[in-house]
Amino acid sequence: MSLRVSDLRVHYQTLKGEVRALDGVSFEVGDGEILGLAGESGCGKTTLGKSLIRMDGRMRHIGGEVELDGEVMPIGDDRRMNPFRFHRVSLVPQYSMSAMNPTRKIGKMVAELLRSRGVAPDPAKLDARLELVGLSREVLGRYPIELSGGMKQRMVMVISTLLDPSLLIADEVTSALDVSTQKAVARALAGFRDNGVVKSMIFITHDISLTYQIADTIMIMYAGKVAERAPAKVIVEAPRHPYTKLLIDSLPEVGVRHAERKLAGIPGGPPSLLDPPTGCRFRERCPLAFDRCAEEPPAVEIEPNHVVACWKA
Amino acid sequence: MMLRLDNVTKVFKVGAFGGGSLTAVGGVSFEVRPGEVVSLIGESGSGKSTLGRMILGLTPATSGSITLDGAPVRPGKAYYRDVQGVFQDPFSTFNPVFKADRVFRMIKEVYFPGVPEAEWAGRVRSSLEDVRLNPDQILGKFPHQLSGGQLQRLLIARALLLDIKLLVADEITSMLDASTRIDVLNLLAELKARGLGVLYITHDLSLGTYLAERTVVLRRGAVVEMGLTGKVFGRPLHPYTRQLLAAVPRLREPWQDAEPVESCPYHDSGASGGLFEEEPDHFVACARLPECEGRP
Repeated sequence: MSLRVSDLRVHYQTLKGEVRALDGVSFEVGDGEILGLAGESGCGKTTLGKSLIRMDGRMRHIGGEVELDGEVMPIGDDRRMNPFRFHRVSLVPQYSMSAMNPTRKIGKMVAELLRSRGVAPDPAKLDARLELVGLSREVLGRYPIELSGGMKQRMVMVISTLLDPSLLIADEVTSALDVSTQKAVARALAGFRDNGVVKSMIFITHDISLTYQIADTIMIMYAGKVAERAPAKVIVEAPRHPYTKLLIDSLPEVGVRHAERKLAGIPGGPPSLLDPPTGCRFRERCPLAFDRCAEEPPAVEIEPNHVVACWKA
Repeated sequence: MMLRLDNVTKVFKVGAFGGGSLTAVGGVSFEVRPGEVVSLIGESGSGKSTLGRMILGLTPATSGSITLDGAPVRPGKAYYRDVQGVFQDPFSTFNPVFKADRVFRMIKEVYFPGVPEAEWAGRVRSSLEDVRLNPDQILGKFPHQLSGGQLQRLLIARALLLDIKLLVADEITSMLDASTRIDVLNLLAELKARGLGVLYITHDLSLGTYLAERTVVLRRGAVVEMGLTGKVFGRPLHPYTRQLLAAVPRLREPWQDAEPVESCPYHDSGASGGLFEEEPDHFVACARLPECEGRP
């Protein structure tokens, strides 16, 4: 097992109180597995990704444990996380488009970054990685501004994985890209796993149809908790949690026309995590809610590898 | 009320002293009729937003004509009574220190100074209800207290108050969650049924096909394929359209490899060759299509 997260709780400290962004999240990612993480804005996807690598000043590790390759990661301790960061777990951030130093040629910037980590540059390895994502060597002699969005994204992917991390977290890396570039970038990411550059990956996106293309397992989060986790095919074809079902039903697909099939959104919005509701957090918006939903549903493994937190599943 | 674009071209000056030039839109012609949604699909740099901005009179066309019911676009009060735009980022569209009711008040002051207060309040409430917003929950709020979907609907409500004929919707759902996105699309469908023409600009093919009667596919500032949505996406002819379709991630259907667009020996002949009518209401920019061997 590559990554094991158990009962992780991370809160944000705000002037109004504690925002419980992650409230008891447990899951595992196996060797060679790509876990797709999906859900609406504010469900805790990005917080989860960030807490596995670097918490910002407002984030507090309240409880739970994260184990990477059998070793507990001190995620709450910024300094003790240093040996893990980028060497063992790395991140391709949401803001990749502006992640590179605009005043340096890319090759020079990469060399500086490696030096700052005390690693000697390995040109052969860098070339191989560039080839893997479909970039030519020439980009090293260019400034970031000379690259297109998709090229920048792929360059940042190469930089993020130069130290051969075991786990790679890709946070919304394709949301700002065109469909054809999106496909190339998503495939390059999967290529990292296929070629053993990284052992496992968490692919965060709000687009379930994209996750479905590359993820082995999909985890749906809602209001800081895991709603459902199952193999990608199962999530899409036979979801059990009402939230997953509604989320999938609201996706327009090529060929679906309003005149023929009217899709529906999910009424209402996610609850505030400042003072989250008791019981099932989805019950306000859930068409199947009944008395028992006032109690919090446990996450139950209803079939091997299929975990659902719903009384009706 | 019909919007017609005829051979519209936009050339930008580029380079340090404006020495170079870049054709962002080259010779685009199409129409938007009342009660019709036309989706304008293109990737970054295809010129789709530039077209939208030209229609809204935010930037002039270099050549060609844009007419609304035969009259050329003349930005001003009268034109904006008929044509309004809604853009991608609802969070930066609003003035953060104005509450929602002030947004509507400004419309009254500029366009309807003579309307009595009570009647105006009624109009505001009904236009909010038209976009499925609860006026009591919205009116006293600042933009940051509302969600992206609510703000986007608020902008549409604002446009509706003017009783517009044409809405230019430029990527209006790309910042919204999947579950809210569909609400905004369904709202556009209702407005369309009431006779509003909509130009729906997007890079997302699935959102474009959901609503649109007609689809225009743009590539590098030129139309590569256009016509009835069912025909364009049911039987895509241009290799670029096919490549776009193959790249869209779908549920229950893994990605297939499409032939790269470069494999078509004729694909670049389109820009100069003009549009060829393959069947009624289906045009493709492939001058050699009739004799094309890879023809579907």
